[in-house]
Amino acid sequence: MILEQISGFTHRGAALAMVLVMTASLIGGFSEAAAQIAPDSVEAEPLFTWDPNDPRLELGAGWMDAESAIRGLEQVSEIPRPDGFFNPATPDDGRFSNTDLAFEGQYLYQGNYNGFQIYDLEDQNTPMLALSVVCPGGQGDVSVYGDLVFMSAQETRGRLDCGIEGVTDSISAERMRGVRIFDVSDLSNPMQVAAIQSCRGSHTHTLVIDPDDSENVYVYIQGTSSVRPTEELPGCSGGEPDEDPNTALFRIEVVRVPLNAPENAEIINMPRIFADAETGNIAGLWAGGDHGAGTQDTRRTHQCHDITVYPEIGLAAGACSGNGILLDISDVVNPRRIDEVLDPNFAYWHSATFNNGGTKVVFTDEWGGGGQARCRASDPPTWGANAIFTIEDGEMTLGGYYKLPVPQTETENCVAHNGSIIPVPGRDLMVQAWYQGGLSIMDFTDPANAFEVAFFDRGPLSAEALFTGGYWSTYWHNGRIYGAEISRGIDVFRLTPTEHLSQAEIDAAELIQIDQFNAQMQPLTVWPAVVPVARAYLDQLVRGNGILNDRVPDVANILDRAERGTATATQLAQVAAQLDQDATAIRAGTRGGDAERLSTLAEVLRNLGG
Amino acid sequence: MGTPSAPAGITGTRIIQPGAPGEMAQAFDTAELDAIGGLEYSEADVRFMRGMIPHHGQALDMTAMVPARATTDGFRGLALRMQISQRDEIRLMERWLAEREEEIPATNAHRMMMTGDMALMPGMLNAEQMEQLTSATGREFERLFLEFMIMHHEGALTMVQTLFNSSGAGQESLIFKFASDVDADQTIEILRMRRMLEER
Repeated sequence: MILEQISGFTHRGAALAMVLVMTASLIGGFSEAAAQIAPDSVEAEPLFTWDPNDPRLELGAGWMDAESAIRGLEQVSEIPRPDGFFNPATPDDGRFSNTDLAFEGQYLYQGNYNGFQIYDLEDQNTPMLALSVVCPGGQGDVSVYGDLVFMSAQETRGRLDCGIEGVTDSISAERMRGVRIFDVSDLSNPMQVAAIQSCRGSHTHTLVIDPDDSENVYVYIQGTSSVRPTEELPGCSGGEPDEDPNTALFRIEVVRVPLNAPENAEIINMPRIFADAETGNIAGLWAGGDHGAGTQDTRRTHQCHDITVYPEIGLAAGACSGNGILLDISDVVNPRRIDEVLDPNFAYWHSATFNNGGTKVVFTDEWGGGGQARCRASDPPTWGANAIFTIEDGEMTLGGYYKLPVPQTETENCVAHNGSIIPVPGRDLMVQAWYQGGLSIMDFTDPANAFEVAFFDRGPLSAEALFTGGYWSTYWHNGRIYGAEISRGIDVFRLTPTEHLSQAEIDAAELIQIDQFNAQMQPLTVWPAVVPVARAYLDQLVRGNGILNDRVPDVANILDRAERGTATATQLAQVAAQLDQDATAIRAGTRGGDAERLSTLAEVLRNLGG
Repeated sequence: MGTPSAPAGITGTRIIQPGAPGEMAQAFDTAELDAIGGLEYSEADVRFMRGMIPHHGQALDMTAMVPARATTDGFRGLALRMQISQRDEIRLMERWLAEREEEIPATNAHRMMMTGDMALMPGMLNAEQMEQLTSATGREFERLFLEFMIMHHEGALTMVQTLFNSSGAGQESLIFKFASDVDADQTIEILRMRRMLEER
């Protein structure tokens, strides 16, 4: 989240709010001419259409008792924030906002502006709070690798010693802005082992592994805040590049963390990833501004908000304020920009998610910074949305957009935010947070026609005032969806079958189990040759009219027998051969259908036979 | 107002507070829980908010002149964006002060500053400059608007610097974010307005 709206009504403050709204309208009053052309008018024409029967329309407001609507999902638990990590007087106190999630082994880590929580996932449906760690500094985004927990700190109140008292002096050796590293091997005594100070602090960070380096892990620091004075951290300055070639703007920081001595972690590179290849100008990308009449105002590219790495394919996608960029990270310490894109609908490039195949990337636009209502009927469906790009030979091409397909109210902050891939074989599905817009599962297999598969949404925290809340991130992990609710806690969901998603597809996704998950370091999923995976492909072929009707019972039967252990390798190979023949005919143009999926299914059948 | 009822949190769980790097964590006394949220705002924070409201108020007076005087839609768009963000921010500063039961400046405070009844905040136009802008039209108006608004924005950056250089200031998450946003937004707008001036 950036530019979060200042808020925090208390009971007393709430009563004042009405007065303030009136005051504000008086202020607006001395500029009537301009007010008439303000686009933020509530009465503005709807800019998109939606299902009038969508159950998300007109949900009742409340903090822990809001009405909710759900489709294609079952909510399995709802865990409130722990004592000490919320303000009982109001849901809207930014000091205690929940932030990102990370998973390691049996534990779930949840960041908070005030520290982080460790939940035990022994029962994956019901996270049990194991430990609360107080260490303010915001945003508190977390990553985890083995016994090491990494946390971002950016605020001037952050202290080296995790103190809650803030830092009084404007220049102070006590201040901590950067990435903290904790050793949590002893859960009863987690220890801060390193505090990597950086010039702009750490708004977010990205854990990176080098497949050829087992002794170190790396962290990219994304700083977006003001630059610290050099008197506090030597070498820091924040001037414009023409006057200040060493400016802390226009770069990221790369930290090397020796696994056997994490206390020696240090910044080893500060790559100028926005530099113009020909002129060497470090401010080589978007300079800020709009793109012509009727277009969005896009911020300047002097920072990345988030970088998502995909080590198995050696690429990273950077959502970098004014641009989306693609980085070659085969040399982790020296990421090299290989492509960049602009979008006239984007205000602020916020985060990135690859599909499993590495052939597509979803960029989100955090128009309004996350604290504003940007999913109203009057908001354009291509603003504050996802832009889906295809990647071919290291080049990105816009494929289409996706935005929450139902309007939210004026009191719900809503815009595209963090999500992750759901590992359904043969499709690209992403579960994504939309703040108070709830969670939405998007199918972006065809980037030009992305559509919604499932959703969950609560009514606003308040029907009268915009309290910042909703989902910061929603991530898939080992068969469940975990939603980090800024002001409500953690929600856990399980997929349920609908016309858009079959039980077999859900089974195939749920069988993928991994030890560690950090959303900004994407894992490669390879599906085993097992019956649920084959059935998932079969369901997709039937749904998409990609297979001859006659073939369907043959495949279904052989899969039933394979499940019972009575299908021989020869029989499986026979059915596979039939599918291959069909695929060949389709490729030759003599028949319609989905040749690629038929071939994939045939391959799984053959492998089932061993 | 429907301020929602408070939830029951998870209670009874262990809370620890790590030390500086290399130091042992300590159990966190639950009696200190209230203090977690107790980070106090400072006089400098209040001065910043109370000064920025009239500062923004004058920007609104300036942008209000644009629709009738500017020669291009692009120029009107620039002013409109400033107007929307400055108006939103005034609302937000007033909320901040009201919640803390601090006095909110009068809506005409910026005009009182120009008449000398109060001191001008950094970068604000004096009465003579405002009069100069008011009487200009067309491209001359645009040039003056850009020059004055750059000066005005630079004053806001000075105010942010003063805030962060003040002892105990900018510690609350809310004010840290707001001041950082003012700094980032106005820096970008200054750069853009300078470009527009150069391109004339």
